[in-house]
This record gives sequence, C-alpha cells and structure tokens, in this order.
Amino acid sequence: MDFDIPRIPLGDWIETGLDFLTTEFSGVTRAISRGTQAGINLLNDGLMWLPEWAVIALVALLCWKVGGRRLAIGALLGLGLIWNLGLWDPMIQTLTLVVIATLIAIVIALPLGILAAISDRFYRVIMPILDFMQTMPAFVYLIPAIPFFGIGSVSGIFATVIFSMPPAIRFTTLGIRQVPKDLIEAADAYGSTRSQKLVKVQLPLSLPTLMGGINQTIMLALSMVVIAAMIGANGLGSEVWRAIQRLRPGEGFEAGIAVVIMAMLLDRLTQSLSGSKKTK
Amino acid sequence: MTETQQTKIQVRNLSKVFGDDAKKALKLRDEGLNRAQILEKTGQTLGLSNINFDVREGELLVIMGLSGSGKSTLIRCLNRLIEPTEGDIIIGGENIPQLNDKALLHCRRRHFSMVFQNFALFPHRTVQMNAEYGLEIRGVAKAERAEKAKNSLKQVGLDGWEHAYPNQLSGGMQQRVGLARALANDSSVLLMDEAFSALDPLIRRDMQQELIELQHRMKKTTIFITHDLDEALNIGDRIILLRDGEIVQIGTPEEVLTRPADDYVARFTEGVDRSRVVTARRVMRPVRATARHDDGPRTVLRKMSENSLDSIYVVDRERKLLGIVEAEGVEEAAKAGKDSIRDLLETDFPHVNPEEPLATLYPMFKGKSFPVAVIDDEQRLLGVVVKGAVLEQLAQTGEQ
Repeated sequence: MDFDIPRIPLGDWIETGLDFLTTEFSGVTRAISRGTQAGINLLNDGLMWLPEWAVIALVALLCWKVGGRRLAIGALLGLGLIWNLGLWDPMIQTLTLVVIATLIAIVIALPLGILAAISDRFYRVIMPILDFMQTMPAFVYLIPAIPFFGIGSVSGIFATVIFSMPPAIRFTTLGIRQVPKDLIEAADAYGSTRSQKLVKVQLPLSLPTLMGGINQTIMLALSMVVIAAMIGANGLGSEVWRAIQRLRPGEGFEAGIAVVIMAMLLDRLTQSLSGSKKTK
Repeated sequence: MTETQQTKIQVRNLSKVFGDDAKKALKLRDEGLNRAQILEKTGQTLGLSNINFDVREGELLVIMGLSGSGKSTLIRCLNRLIEPTEGDIIIGGENIPQLNDKALLHCRRRHFSMVFQNFALFPHRTVQMNAEYGLEIRGVAKAERAEKAKNSLKQVGLDGWEHAYPNQLSGGMQQRVGLARALANDSSVLLMDEAFSALDPLIRRDMQQELIELQHRMKKTTIFITHDLDEALNIGDRIILLRDGEIVQIGTPEEVLTRPADDYVARFTEGVDRSRVVTARRVMRPVRATARHDDGPRTVLRKMSENSLDSIYVVDRERKLLGIVEAEGVEEAAKAGKDSIRDLLETDFPHVNPEEPLATLYPMFKGKSFPVAVIDDEQRLLGVVVKGAVLEQLAQTGEQ
C-alpha cells in the first residue's frame, strides 16, 4: 500500500519568513549594513596605514608583554612569513572582520549570558537556540545574509556573528553560575542589590571563564570569516577561494597557513590575557 | 549578665518547611506528627518548628545542635537568606518576614553582619577591600570606609596585611578577615555561622578566646552557631539547644550542664570537660564562721572550735577579706596573752572570682590546703570552696 503523505513545505515557510523580514526591515538592515561597513573601512584603513614592519613590531611587543619571549618570537616569524608571501593585505582584511565580528558578538552575548545566568526561564529558552545556532552547518547562514545585507563583507560579518556568538553566551552563563554559593550568600547577607552583586562579585569572579568564551568566539569567528569568502567577504578566505577555482593547491595552502598562523597568535594572545587577569 | 538587659531580637513561632506544600506539613505538625512522619507522608521537610526565643542586647548567644538540627536554617531565617514559612522575627520594631525587598535590604545593611564557616571571602579583593565590602555597598564615602576597615582589621590583629589577597593567608587569618568584614560594617547584630568549625583545634581555641574578649569589649549582640558543645559552653552567655528543628533547652552553660532538660541534652554533655564550665560560684559553700580583725585570740579560738575549723578567714567591718589565721598560731598567741591576732594574719591565701571555672581552682589546693576564698570585686567574702566539693563536681562526669 502506498500512502501519499504530502511533503511538509518547511523550506517554503522559512523563505516566506525571510522575505518578510528583508522587505519589512530593509531600512534597518541597510542602516546596519552602512554602519558596519564604515567600521570595517575605518579599522582596515587604520591597520593598512601603518607600515608592515611597525605592525609586526607592535604585535611582537604585545606578545612579549603578555605571553613571554617565545610567543613574541613566534609572532615575529609568523607575521614575517605572511608578509613575505605577499598575503599581508588579505591578512589585515581578515583580522578586521574577526575583530569587528567578535566585538559585535560580545556586545550581544554578554547581556544575554548574564540574563541566562540570573533567570532559569530564560536559560531554558536560550539553550536550545544556542544548540541550533552551533550545530546548523555554518554555510547555511551565508544564504540569508545575502538578501539582508547584499554580497560582501557585511554579510560575512552577519554570518560570523551568529556562528561565533554561542560560546560567548554559554561561557558567560557558566562563569556566573559557577561563582561559589557561599560568596553569593555573603554578598546577599551584607545587603547587596542585584546589580551590586553582579558587578562586584559575580562578574569579576567569572572573568577567567568569560575570557575562555571570548577566546572560543575569536577562533570560531576566524574560521567563519574564511568561509564567508564564498559570499564575497575579503581576506585570506578569498585567496583560498580563488586558489580552489583555479586549481592552484600551492596558493591555497599558502593562504591556509596564513590563517593557521593568525589563529595560533590570536589564541595564545587571548589565553595569556585571561591568565594574567587572575589574581593568584 | 543581668535580668534588666533589653531584648534585641524576638523570635516567635518561627517555622520553616522545605517543600512546595508548606501548609499541609504545618497542619500535620499541629496534629502532632513528628518530623520523620511528615517527611514520609508529604515529602516535605520540617526544618524548623515553632521556635521561640529572645536575643538580649549585648549577649553572646550560642545556638547549638548536630547537623540536621536546623541551626543553619535558623540563623539564615533571621536575615532571610532563607525565607521563613511562618512566624515573626522582630528587631528594632520591624518584623523581618514581612519586609518588602527594599526594606529587607536596609534591614540587612543596618542590623546584620555575617561570618561564614568557610570564610566566604571575595578572592578577587584584597583583605582591605574585603573588610570594606559592607560599607562600600551602603555607599559610605571612600575615606571613611577605608578608615573603618583599617580599624576593624587592627582589632582582629591583621594590621599590615591590608594589601594581601585572601588566598595568601592561613585559615585562621582568613577568618579574622571575615570577622573584620563583619565588624567594620558596624551593624547591630553579629551572626556567626560555624565560624570556627573549619579551623584546627589550637587556632580555634585562640579564636574563641579572642571572640570572648572582643565581645566583652564591644558588647556586640552576637549569635553564634556551632555543633560543638565544648565551644558552646566555652563562649556562650546563653545556649539554645536545637534538635530536629525544635528547641530542647535554653540556658546558661552551667544550667545546660548541671540541669539538662532531658536525656538528649544529658547525653550531649556527657563527654564535656566540666572543670572548664562549672564555676566557683556553683561549688562554693557559705562561710560557717569568720573572725573580725579586732577579735581577740580567745574569741577566735572559740569560733574555730565551735565550727570545728583548722583555719579561719578574717574580715573587717564591711566584710572585706583581710586574710586567714591558723589554729596553732592563734593558740600560741592566746597562751602568750596577746590581745590581737593582727600579727598572725596570713595574707597570701588562695582566692578567686565567683565566675572562675574549676580548672583554675584545682591547682590551688596543692600544698597548704586552705579552703579557697571566693570574693567579689569589692573584696567581700562570698563563700569558700573546699577540695572535696571540687572533686565531687569533677567526678560527676563519669557517672552519667
């Protein structure tokens, strides 16, 4: 026997929804687009304005200050290699996108994470949404980004923010919830208001965990910014993308290695930053 | 302690049920079911049931019970870290369970400072900043709170450690910070939740001693929770004994020890070192006879033989104790025809304050065995303690 079960038009519904959002909120999206693009240009131009050697020296100095000599040497060699390979400009473009996407992600994630830590109900609502955001294949976010923001870096940032935000929210929530009960009790017993408790006790004590979340967000942002080259985001990703289209594995790997160097530097830097914050 | 002391906190009919159907549990309780039966029937835990007591201004009140007796719940109900289910807690004309959030905040800031078992110091703040916390959240100006915190750190013996972080300090020192944080706050009541239980025994004794001294100096109303009867007896002006969420006995350490309310309390007090708790006042006997400093030797001799004494205490007109004379000496003086005993007066006699514990009395019986004189602050003779009475009291430990 054959049952003819009609196919559920899930895709159609989503498209209708997205169409609705694009047409109704085009003013909003265009404003966001313009603002973000301005931010990208400003940061990018600023970083480009400095000569390569100056940027390398500054980064190496920063690495030396927070991470020690080995990290500084690594930065010197890694960035030197990127410069030498002629990938400096795309590297700066990628860095710009990562920085801006991470900043936006943190600005959104922090209050959401705090809210989820304080309210059990909000926690129950947001956790499945975060699961959805993290497990949905990253490429899928690229598609709605185009009707919202058009082809280009802004769409790349939109997709990157959505993809990289969940760990920042999760770690914020986790960090605040991990603060020992007796410290909360002490804060309450002395008559702290809710915001005093948050600012003076909960947030400072969750800082190491929070920094871990930011580190994760940066790593995810970097990986997504590369993929976002498919919808026209500039940077190392577009170098890889071009190498694929022309079947030039050598060039692809060069750009790939540049991404690896960036990832390692960003990771070690943020890790040592969060480590040095701890009052041991 | 005098009876005229003012009441600081009144606790009336305080009950706490853990569970979501408190009414049912309380109804069963009123029908006479006990804690275990209520738990079995409803799944609710009767944490505290019908607690009534007063806290007097300036006293050190110890609430003592084993784990699960409800003592931690009780102290947390006072400042509503735990919401009481029913009952009144009245302090300064306010009924704490009825306060709204804002009033509760003010009440906590004004009335309560708390010291915790595991110190609960803020690890990201220096010792100084920890001590300032209570003042800081009240919005006290920076200079003033720094000053107050410094003073309280000094009082607990931590001057010089202001800029250290809690994890750089030993357990005992950390709890001093906890105490300083509470003292700096200048609240009217100090709540101490098993404050010394996490410390090792030697440091613990020191801290108890310091707390007693501090408390006598500052006259701060203190409620101290402990599971350790020795500690309770050592520091408490009064003790509340708690079992299964109910009060079993309220009394001074001596009352608890010498007149236990029931078998439960008696069993508790079995292992206690009575010599540290029972005081001279309890074992002293009225003086059968005293000599006056202007009595002649023959009069004194007669007084001694009538009361079969080997030695006799000599007092002046105001009953102020001057010294002691021995029978042999007086007899010789009588034979020699002297008319005064003044030359015979032995002024180096054992004497104690009525509140002195037996532990200090016992060594005094070594060597010459005069009865120990119990004298008040005006040097007046209140009574004497003989060796036998002390031994009898100490012996009771084994009997129970």
